[in-house]
Amino acid sequence: MNNGQEMEIQVENRDDSVVVTPMGEVDLARSPSLRSRLKQVLGESPNRLVVDLSQVPYMDSSGVATLVEALQQCRAHDCSLFLAGLQDRVRSVFEIARLDTVFNITADTTSALDA
Amino acid sequence: MNPQPPAIRLEILSQADLLAPVRAMLISFSERFGFDEIETGHLALAVDEALANVIRHGYESRPDGRIWISIFLMEEPERRIRIEIEDEGRQTDPAQITSRDLAEVRPGGLGVNIMQEVTDTCEFQRRTPGGMRLILEKTPRGAADSSDQNHAGTPENGKQ
Repeated sequence: MNNGQEMEIQVENRDDSVVVTPMGEVDLARSPSLRSRLKQVLGESPNRLVVDLSQVPYMDSSGVATLVEALQQCRAHDCSLFLAGLQDRVRSVFEIARLDTVFNITADTTSALDA
Repeated sequence: MNPQPPAIRLEILSQADLLAPVRAMLISFSERFGFDEIETGHLALAVDEALANVIRHGYESRPDGRIWISIFLMEEPERRIRIEIEDEGRQTDPAQITSRDLAEVRPGGLGVNIMQEVTDTCEFQRRTPGGMRLILEKTPRGAADSSDQNHAGTPENGKQ
């Protein structure tokens, strides 16, 4: 075994928005994969980035840090970031870190794209 | 010190890929001890954060460091689970391991905040002769008011 796992991440372009959907748990082993993909997507300068977390049953602080980095990059490039479809366990991590009021969190991807 | 041996003692290498199987074991074990779904998730999260800290800071992402996870089932003065995480990595003054101001929105540094928030006890110690020890303790909700009922069907009394 080694330190780092590729995780399955779907990317879908919708007009001027991009929906990124990671699949599976996001922890120290997998967050670098998510970070790399988000950086790649943000390099294409979308107006809106939606991270669909409905397929993520677990996230630790390394995953949260990855999304905070994405938020900072979005703010620097005038891109709106939305987190959609958080499961209860994942939402609780954002609440503990008091980041639930910092991110735009929506019930699902459709709500994020309509916002 | 603990007067009883751990119910489980694991040794793992300092590799991030091993966090997921440790979480799975811990969730299964703590469910059987009487923690509810939210509590088991929090317990797994706390241990996950602790192990990630050891890997990243104690061993500076070296993959060959050793980490020991010991789980004790405690009944006095109240029913609780105690988890000790020990390593041979870089030592840090426990007083310097603190949570950070959450009003500051920046990546990283949340691990201690999370561990303190989701457990009843979160105590760092220097190990002898080297490395660190972290003690995490958590009591299941409702354990105090229905201890007899909660003892049924738990791993330590053999009633499944």
